Amino acid sequence: MDVSNTHLLDEAVVTTTIDAVVDWGREASLWPFVFGTACCAIEFMSTAASRYDISRFGAEVLRFSPRHADLLIVAGTVSYKQAPILKQIYDQMPEPKWVIAVGACASTGGFYDNYTTLQGIDEIIPVDIYVAGCPPRPEAILDSVMDIQKQLKHEEKFAVRNTDFKGKLDDI
Amino acid sequence: MISNIITLQASQLFETIKHDKEELGFTFLLDITATDNLAKTHPSSNRFELIYILRHREFLETHIYKVFLEEEEIQSISSLYESADWAEREVYDQYGINFLGHSMLKRLLNHNEFDGHPLRKDYEITQGQLCTTSQDLMDEMRPLLKEKKLDMNKDDLMVINLGPSHPASHGTIRTLAALDGEKIVAAACEIGYLHRGFEKSCENHNYNQIIPYTDRLNYCSALMNNIAFAKTVEDMLDITLPDRGIFIRVMLSELSRIIDHLVCLSAGLLDMGAQTNYWYLFNPRNDAYDFLSKLTGARLTNSFMRIGGMTHDLYDGWQSDLEDVLTKIDFGVTESLKMIQTNRIYNDRLTDISPVSAESAMSYGFTGPNLRASGVPYDLRFTEPHYFYDTFDFNMVVGSVGDTYDRMMVRFDEINESMKIIKQAISRLPGGDVNVSDKSIIMPSKSCVYGGIEGMMNQFKLVVDGVKVPKGEHYGAFEAANGELGFYIVSDGSGTPYKVKVRAPSFYHIAAYPQLIENYQVADAILTLGSLNIIAGEMDR
Ligand code: SF4
Repeated sequence: MDVSNTHLLDEAVVTTTIDAVVDWGREASLWPFVFGTACCAIEFMSTAASRYDISRFGAEVLRFSPRHADLLIVAGTVSYKQAPILKQIYDQMPEPKWVIAVGACASTGGFYDNYTTLQGIDEIIPVDIYVAGCPPRPEAILDSVMDIQKQLKHEEKFAVRNTDFKGKLDDI
Repeated sequence: MISNIITLQASQLFETIKHDKEELGFTFLLDITATDNLAKTHPSSNRFELIYILRHREFLETHIYKVFLEEEEIQSISSLYESADWAEREVYDQYGINFLGHSMLKRLLNHNEFDGHPLRKDYEITQGQLCTTSQDLMDEMRPLLKEKKLDMNKDDLMVINLGPSHPASHGTIRTLAALDGEKIVAAACEIGYLHRGFEKSCENHNYNQIIPYTDRLNYCSALMNNIAFAKTVEDMLDITLPDRGIFIRVMLSELSRIIDHLVCLSAGLLDMGAQTNYWYLFNPRNDAYDFLSKLTGARLTNSFMRIGGMTHDLYDGWQSDLEDVLTKIDFGVTESLKMIQTNRIYNDRLTDISPVSAESAMSYGFTGPNLRASGVPYDLRFTEPHYFYDTFDFNMVVGSVGDTYDRMMVRFDEINESMKIIKQAISRLPGGDVNVSDKSIIMPSKSCVYGGIEGMMNQFKLVVDGVKVPKGEHYGAFEAANGELGFYIVSDGSGTPYKVKVRAPSFYHIAAYPQLIENYQVADAILTLGSLNIIAGEMDR
């Protein structure tokens, strides 16, 4: 083959950065782990069912092992009793990973300002997107997935995220 | 209306209940709870009292016993009723009452590092306590293995956790199972992962503010919890809704029952790999939610009811919307049944799995479809007719052996029966008001609030004080989608309840679960859990 004939290569080769390629792949292949505990998880079921159909946005490969997932969707109330479990699951997910807090409870404890409810999962793990609502409509959950897709474009690809986060269960 | 409550001495309790059970036929223990008298304006000399609710096996009579405690302890009745086991554990956890002779008196809802008893009046509601580790549950497993003369090493057993975060454990249930190969030889359950302090929150909100909390008990049929709670309070106030209001409540409860069963069946079928059924059953549920969001503004957590009625009447054009929803539900159910009814896999995997005899179902405290699946014809819509249920033409669906198959199929049939009721209610819907007219109960209209001093005052009083409920205690029960949903309310005459206890059907269903799955395979256990339709919101409260 005549390699000096470079104009032929123009047709066949695309030059880009590794970040852009990884982005492009990641964007449409988020693998969510759904940490569903309460009412919000029921709305997540609707999001996954045919009317709202999360697969239209490239995030339908729901994983039930945290080790296979890169997007943690926390849908529902997290109690103090549940908190160590949530942390364990988050820790088991490989980097880079993103977290969506679905609904008032996961975001802030919601209207359960009491002795048993964690006042927002960001006391335990870092959160990227908070979704308002009690429960949020399926459209809002889809929107948060798209927000993550936008967000991951602006990140350094092979960096470990949130290294300086300190949750309440971190130093124990 | 205030329930008739019989007061007993602590020393008489065991013998009285034993007599009730063995001689009089009160084979059904509905609930046990306690009251802390510390915050009462005229507290009695005894700080704690216990309440026991029993029902006759023919379901026509209820006994409520109250015991004033001298000491913070009493004899356990867990040897008489299976359902007393967890009920007593909960009272111990929440109030710190000791039950003497209970074999495993440990915390149930709160975590193992928790200090104190949250439902005591001197426990501050916002005082959270961090939990750092989970317990290993072997303290429950070891006695079980010993009882069965099994040994971890000699019998080559493996212990695994199913849940709490497991797709088939419905989010928050943890089962520790000892396996011999694929077979479960012993199991223990841990709940409380979704304990959200419902009962404590009730003591800090007025009656109408509690309605949104009730939504989140059984969030698959939120409206029904609204109705059950509102009805109990209305019974205490001695008021009934105008007929139109009642008919709307009947329609909405039956629609909620359908939605609840659809979720249970679709999730259960999904667990066994029948994914197409999930689509067929979930799509009409979405249509039902469209109708509800048009009516109430929310899909899932509707908060539509109020004490003495509901927020507003039906909208223009509701009838065709609702009829359309019914047609779609009918289509979904028919298609789904076509796929499974004569399907070999479905039948083989479900028949004769974890059967529950009628007698043990009652001892476990089962209610609703799970109890009826075992062949016990008990449905509050028939035994305690309210809301004109006795004038509707529908059947009670009863199973025969109470296996997983029966539990699922009873739900399929109940969907059809509920549709019959809704259709009749649509055609019989009377005109008139939907709310009671008492100004001390129902909010005045916006124009009255802004247009006159009287309306403004009424509104102000209702917002600040809430609906004042006469002093007394009452147990009200409602046939919810999962079974008997009861509220035991203690009122001190103010607008905020002194105490609310929920008798949640799922709580008693899950208590029996470890025993049901013994000697079956792990895969069967998943289906059994699905067929019991455990809803964590009402189980853990
Ligand atoms: S945010 Fe609302 S709907 Fe979601 S889990 Fe909390 S209470 Fe339930």
